[in-house]
Amino acid sequence: MPAPIRLRELIRTIRTARTQAEEREMIQKECAAIRSSFREEDNTYRCRNVAKLLYMHMLGYPAHFGQLECLKLIASQKFTDKRIGYLGAMLLLDERQDVHLLMTNCIKNDLNHSTQYVQGLALCTLGCMGSSEMCRDLAGEVEKLLKTSNSYLRKKAALCAVHVIRKVPELMEMFLPATKNLLSEKNHGVLHTSVVLLTEMCERSPDMLTHFRKLVPQLVRILKNLIMSGYSPEHDVSGISDPFLQVRILRLLRILGKSDDDSSEAMNDILAQVATNTETSKNVGNAILYETVLTIMDIKSESGLRVLAINILGRFLLNNDKNIRYVALTSLLKTVQTDHNAVQRHRSTIVDCLKDLDVSIKRRAMELSFALVNGNNIRGMMKELLYFLDSCDPDFKADCASGVFLAAEKYAPSKRWHIDTIMRVLTTAGSYVRDDSVPNLIQLITNSVEMHAYTVQRLYKALLDDISQQPLVQVASWCIGEYGDLLVSGQCEEEEPIQVTEDEVLDVLEGLLVSNLSAPVTRGYSLTAIMKLSTRFSSVNRIKKVVSIYGSSIDVELQQRAVEYNALFKKYDHMRPALLERMPIMEKTATNGPTEIVQTNGETESSALDSKHPPSITQPTNQANDLLDLLGGNDVPVIQTALPTKPASAGGELLDLLGDLSLSGIPPMTAYNKNGLKIEFTFERSNPNPNISVITIHASNSTEADMTDFVFQAAVPKTFQLQLLSPSSNIVPALNQGSVTQVIRVLNPQKQQLRMRIKLTYTLKGAPVQDLAEVNNFPPQSWQ
Amino acid sequence: MEWVGSPKINQLWWDSSLWGRELKLNTCERSHLYCARVKISLTAVYSGTVRTYQDNMQFMLLFSRQGKLRLQKWYVALSDTQKKKISREVIQMVLARKPKMCSFLEWRDLKIVYKRYASLYFCCAVEDQENELITLEIIHRYVELLDKYFGSVCELDIIFNFEKAYYILDEFILGGEAQETSKKIVLKAIEQADMLQEEAEAPRSVLEEIGLT
Repeated sequence: MPAPIRLRELIRTIRTARTQAEEREMIQKECAAIRSSFREEDNTYRCRNVAKLLYMHMLGYPAHFGQLECLKLIASQKFTDKRIGYLGAMLLLDERQDVHLLMTNCIKNDLNHSTQYVQGLALCTLGCMGSSEMCRDLAGEVEKLLKTSNSYLRKKAALCAVHVIRKVPELMEMFLPATKNLLSEKNHGVLHTSVVLLTEMCERSPDMLTHFRKLVPQLVRILKNLIMSGYSPEHDVSGISDPFLQVRILRLLRILGKSDDDSSEAMNDILAQVATNTETSKNVGNAILYETVLTIMDIKSESGLRVLAINILGRFLLNNDKNIRYVALTSLLKTVQTDHNAVQRHRSTIVDCLKDLDVSIKRRAMELSFALVNGNNIRGMMKELLYFLDSCDPDFKADCASGVFLAAEKYAPSKRWHIDTIMRVLTTAGSYVRDDSVPNLIQLITNSVEMHAYTVQRLYKALLDDISQQPLVQVASWCIGEYGDLLVSGQCEEEEPIQVTEDEVLDVLEGLLVSNLSAPVTRGYSLTAIMKLSTRFSSVNRIKKVVSIYGSSIDVELQQRAVEYNALFKKYDHMRPALLERMPIMEKTATNGPTEIVQTNGETESSALDSKHPPSITQPTNQANDLLDLLGGNDVPVIQTALPTKPASAGGELLDLLGDLSLSGIPPMTAYNKNGLKIEFTFERSNPNPNISVITIHASNSTEADMTDFVFQAAVPKTFQLQLLSPSSNIVPALNQGSVTQVIRVLNPQKQQLRMRIKLTYTLKGAPVQDLAEVNNFPPQSWQ
Repeated sequence: MEWVGSPKINQLWWDSSLWGRELKLNTCERSHLYCARVKISLTAVYSGTVRTYQDNMQFMLLFSRQGKLRLQKWYVALSDTQKKKISREVIQMVLARKPKMCSFLEWRDLKIVYKRYASLYFCCAVEDQENELITLEIIHRYVELLDKYFGSVCELDIIFNFEKAYYILDEFILGGEAQETSKKIVLKAIEQADMLQEEAEAPRSVLEEIGLT
């Protein structure tokens, strides 16, 4: 059998292929040759064949038959074989296949090899793709190498340890002794990887974090040396000494200084020094500055330092480099909650970024602009944002429109301005507006009683122009249905009233019904609107005709509506005026407050969550429908919102679920207190029904780990009825950093003594816990 | 006694009057939608406060302007099909970027940091919390290493010596983190390993070399 062709030869040949088919043919031929060579157990050329296989794998062709060959190469004594073998293992094998476990023994042997480069190969492979089983088996070897004096191996062992910890967190303690003098190393490679290891340990375990806090002075010293030392050719990057190490140290300092006053104070000086002395002409300098800013914002730094950080970000915003601007906007978004005023100073630059060509920058600038809107700048900001809405990409329009609505709702200087803004959004980005904005707008319009005439007139005019944007059309038809009489009588005060006859209005509404542009939902809206006008207009016959036509519509929804309305005309005509009268003012839903929530520094999830996701709506379950009726039977449904609380890092602020209920004089009680979980009950009386007690449970957790999947259930004797609302969350944060609240309503018509059995289930440190308890110590005022 | 728990999210309902119906239609759909969204975003929030344990750098890709992959290094365990799919998506996204755009892309829950050097795109996927600017520096450092090793590196060098490119990468980065910040030391290690490799090769006869035995 002739010697298999060399790798370079193969690559050259494959590159001459002119079509995909030609390439495939060449590759198949070569694979066949390689396969037969593997079958012959040829040691000499195995290395070459596997290398070729790896090349073909990169082109996208299957190479799984080479996996065992890689293992054989790893087991070989030749360095060349090992090199290719380990590379092949990293490319072809992964932890999903059991085959990879065969490597474990080879790696173990190689970790103890006499040549450090072989040891290095083994460490690299383990640290790159070691599965949890492998890591468990080999952790001891890694730990040994972590203590060696050979810096080449020590740095690799440190990163390998990081991988082991990521795969098998329980093994973390095992590496603790070896970390004792990692930071006293002079070698930068070892220092860098040690800092990475320490960072990983601190992030995973609060105990480790407390333990390593004492390293802060040492880290500060190392960082100082890096900045103050003269030119070091080995580690220099554009005049800065070892920026990678500097950034890692800054990151570790951030984690150590978070929520700890002493550590934060120890770092203040060095942070100020780095912030002021770093050269900013190249990307390297800016990378360090960026990390410094992130650290300053996260720890408990003094206000002067924070202002310095924000100013750095402000300067970044003016930088020509797009990357820097992007990074600045991202950080400002994180800090806008806590340092609102400082960020406001850069508002005009941020608004200018809305006009940037880059999509990522535009998005960031938009989010930041919404975060900066307040009562003072609403008019100016809204002008810019509406202009942005006109010209931005379709991807942005939905988010921008929602943001505009939210901002307008919170800070509208006048009702007219509010309605004008909404009209503007509907007419420019009408088809991108989210579905839920239609009911929200309708509610808003209903509640602005004095603007009805103006609103319906403007909407009518908009309809005349364009009926393609569904949300606009829906809102418009609803309004015309409600306030058509104002439209026809020309009562508008705000602007010049238009002359419109009943027939013209009905023409428009009927036009919507037949138009191809109208969605089925929209047709429903217009049919109902026409029906409502039967009590407001005098041309009832026309309306009757329209309604009866749609009684045989193909659309089932329309058909049903038309038939019911027909029935109204025929059999229940006496009820019609009452049924079709003006809608009462609806209860305002609590808006989600995007800017007033619990801050957790450095978390982007908070702003993203709140500006995009309105609160969930809780309603009683079907079982407890009776309770609803007993609760005073409003014909306008009351919407209760339950905003989840975020487990805050400091302060544990809670958003009160039903904040309007006043606390009566009933003392709270502790219902349950066991194994670190404490549940307190607080009581309120709900109006209007005095038979209903409203109990709010507050669950707090004094253990060191969070309790996840927390579920609270309750049972009461048959004479009572029970209803639970949604809990604020199902994670009870550790160390009393916050609590989970849930509302229980108990109906107690016979005024019996309240008794309750509660069942708690949660998961603590991975183990599920369940407990039952009886609660008998209710204060008498709660049920009398 | 019957256990009563919190209302399940999909049991949300409105008590409706005839006139609430219009609102009801939208609200139920919306409540479904938003509950799904809130649930998902809640999970995101809760897992955000507990750090999601992923490697900082998830993968690095090198590809040409025509989208041909020249190097792929994965620091997370994924199946071959998943890797192919992800590579394809990321390559498409990066190639679609215009030259004046910034070097950062948001994709799923990761950030893609990329830079073009001559005809090759160097692309890293990092966690959302990472410092993107230093990732650019890491990419640059890798390019410098390649350049020093090959002497004015070009795409062909990486095509024909892909295994060397991997060796250099593996001396610089381990498990997604930089293991050595000194260029000199990395290059020295590669040099010495190369020498080891040469010594290990048994001396071959001339005939063997030209493939005759």
